Amino acid sequence: MIQLNVNGKQQRVDVEADTPLLWALRDTLLLTGTKYGCGAGLCGACTVHVNGQPVRSCITPVSDVAGKKISTIEVADNTRVGKAVQEAWRKLDVVQCGYCQSGQIMSAVSLLNTKKHPTDADIDAAMAGNLCRCATYVRIRAAIHEAAKALA
Amino acid sequence: MNNPIQNLSRRGFLQGAAGLTLGLSLPAFAAKAGAAAAQAAGATFEPTPFLRIGADNTVTVLSKHLEMGQGTYTGLATIVAEELDAAWPQVKVEGAPADAKRFNNLAFGPMQGTGGSTAMANSWDQLRQTGATARAMLVSAAAKRWNVPAAEITVREGVVSHAASKRKATFGELAEAAAAEAVPTSVSLKDPKDFRLIGKHANRKDSFAKTNGTAQFTQDVHLPGMLVAVVAHSPRFGGKVKSFDASKAKAIKGVIDVVAIPGAVAVLAKDTWTAKKGRDALSVEWDDSAAFKLGTDEMRATYQALGKTPGLVARKDGDANAALDGAGKVVSASYDFPFLAHAAMEPMNCVIQRTADGIEVWNGEQFQTVDQGALAAMFGIPVEKVTIHMLYAGGSFGRRASTSVDYIREAAAIVKALGEGAHAKAPVKLVWMREDDMKAGYYRPMFHHRLEATLDADGSIRAWRHRLVGQSIAKGSPFEGFMIKDGVDGLSVEGAATLPYAIPNLQVELHTPAGIDVPVLWWRSVGSTHTAYSTETFLDKLAAEGGQDPVALRLKLLAKHPRHAGVLKLAADKAGWDKPLAPGKVGERRGRGVAVHESFHSFVAQVAEVTVSADGSVKVDRIVAAVDCGMAINPDNVRAQVEGSVGFALSAALHGEITLKDGVVEQGNFGEYAPIRINEMPKVEVHIVASAEKPTGIGEPGVPPVAPAVANAIAAATGKWLTRMPFATEQLKA
Repeated sequence: MIQLNVNGKQQRVDVEADTPLLWALRDTLLLTGTKYGCGAGLCGACTVHVNGQPVRSCITPVSDVAGKKISTIEVADNTRVGKAVQEAWRKLDVVQCGYCQSGQIMSAVSLLNTKKHPTDADIDAAMAGNLCRCATYVRIRAAIHEAAKALA
Repeated sequence: MNNPIQNLSRRGFLQGAAGLTLGLSLPAFAAKAGAAAAQAAGATFEPTPFLRIGADNTVTVLSKHLEMGQGTYTGLATIVAEELDAAWPQVKVEGAPADAKRFNNLAFGPMQGTGGSTAMANSWDQLRQTGATARAMLVSAAAKRWNVPAAEITVREGVVSHAASKRKATFGELAEAAAAEAVPTSVSLKDPKDFRLIGKHANRKDSFAKTNGTAQFTQDVHLPGMLVAVVAHSPRFGGKVKSFDASKAKAIKGVIDVVAIPGAVAVLAKDTWTAKKGRDALSVEWDDSAAFKLGTDEMRATYQALGKTPGLVARKDGDANAALDGAGKVVSASYDFPFLAHAAMEPMNCVIQRTADGIEVWNGEQFQTVDQGALAAMFGIPVEKVTIHMLYAGGSFGRRASTSVDYIREAAAIVKALGEGAHAKAPVKLVWMREDDMKAGYYRPMFHHRLEATLDADGSIRAWRHRLVGQSIAKGSPFEGFMIKDGVDGLSVEGAATLPYAIPNLQVELHTPAGIDVPVLWWRSVGSTHTAYSTETFLDKLAAEGGQDPVALRLKLLAKHPRHAGVLKLAADKAGWDKPLAPGKVGERRGRGVAVHESFHSFVAQVAEVTVSADGSVKVDRIVAAVDCGMAINPDNVRAQVEGSVGFALSAALHGEITLKDGVVEQGNFGEYAPIRINEMPKVEVHIVASAEKPTGIGEPGVPPVAPAVANAIAAATGKWLTRMPFATEQLKA
């Protein structure tokens, strides 16, 4: 039994200590917005925030994040930046299949938390860990600029 | 509700719809869903199987096609909403149940399924009729209620109005009365000049759910008592389980069962991670006696040798063989294309549960009729007892339209293997890990092409002979009879045998090598993934050999193909083809290239701009695309699909390759098989040709011209013609 602080709530999850956070979120807490894509930290679909930092939950054992503040796509609209990013994504219709987009949004929120006005190069550097097989990259760039503008 | 008047209306409409012979039976699932919705919202108006208007004023469009990213839900809803004059925000989309009688793809005949970029084209008339029919019935209901002539009633943004008497009603307020109206036998459709949604901007219907984590994919299904299955597959195609030791797997806390199924062993647990740990702890001995054991290097050598011999003739104009032996300058080139995995972001998965008298399936469902048939046969039940819930697919690119129903059959085999034991009725979610997905086959087939041409002194092309060598996708599938003619699989030669250029002596030949048992499948734009590359780069090579401008030469050869020429001119114009390209930094070589290709009745031309560094690395700076897909239902989605197609095609051009050694696939995850990332994504501009033609597809046609346009740009920059994919950029070192 491990105690996790997820989306502002204390949750007890009955999983082995080596279980990746991803599967505790998805299969135990039924927070399925965070996605499985590779299981190896290569695609970013599983990105969540731990103490405000973007983390690949598929390679992060639950034992490493006990007591830390975990937030997922399900509460992205709780912050001003998160809401702006979601709204920009909707305005520009970034999504196609949508499977990677929770991770994209969580990474974009992290970027805008640290850089108010990222350049294309900043965006490319910060978002290169998030694969999108539909290649919605043109609109991801545009939507991050759009969100930055809305937040200014 | 199920009120008889509504059922009569439905029958009337179905009889009235020209050329459609759709059945009347409602499967249990739809009837249940309909009844539940009616209970919640009061009376519901369902003029056709594709539309439901509730008393709560919600307009629900039922999509018979899978939403896998291509924007189908939005496009189909746009067509209905346009003729209905609904307000865009009141429109919702729901996946239709599996029922070939009501929801068949008119382009496929009597089967339901999504593919070949056909969703909009085959639904166009059907859904315009649906919207117009519903609108007419709402208008007659209002006319009766207000006692005014129907001709004086207008409909706009979901509101029915009679100006003279200042009366107004929403669709919801009229739904029950409209359901009682007789279905008109003919309705008039809008003049396209009056369109308010089609050709204009309408936001995607799935954007909200896909940006807050609520969109439901198969991977997200959790049902009471559900077990997750993770499988150990044979490392070689065609391998069988000889024996296995599950003791270590069963010792893992939470592992519930281990079962052998054809070609695999499945570990079942209450959650994915435990099932995966169990799978990893299995010890399986494989029987490879009938397995495929060749490597891609040996296969390539065989293909290249075959390419030097005549194949089955797929097209013959004039006498290319004689012309090639005659006078003139002979130019030739050979090309090699690897196997490619679809590698959708959501690895393959499927949920199946036994019900009292059938089964229920949750899946990113692309091939309803094929899948229903296969499952009905496996369980010995009628197809109507196979209920399929079509969920969003996290990409597919063709993978979920599996001709052999592979991963769905696997989930079914696991359910069957659970037998009558304690978990007989447990829903089972089959989850493939990324490596399982990448190694499971069903690739874009490996191909070898050989092209030879003769140029006259003035640079004109007198003869063109194109030989292709590669596996058939249709062979052994339910589509064999339909797609293979005289031994030639149309999917192998499309784009080559349909070459539009005016060349007097032209021959296309195909070899379908025997004994290659790698499972292959359609992969976004299918045959055109390789034929556009070889034909369009070879044409550029001929232009260079003959001292002609690549755009000018194409236009000369496309005199009888105005739509090809139209997109080519538009792309060239927007890219500034006639102006010099800005030079790069010191040590950089820059180039511009063009390609044009028709696939799925849509026409796309692209101009690529590249920078090649001294170390040979290639950066694609910009792609300017011009598209003619008939009337663009949703222009922003057309742009989005072409943008995405550029990235998808570049992944293959720059990195994509599945290799086999002794029959074992060598790639397993995104480290070894690397789709492009955001830092490799060029700027993309998309220009759409204004057209009054019926809409054609756009999910695939943006893919084929990308790689040849980039290769032609690289040749312009370096003088080197790249003849294998992915690009062997080491030869581009300065």
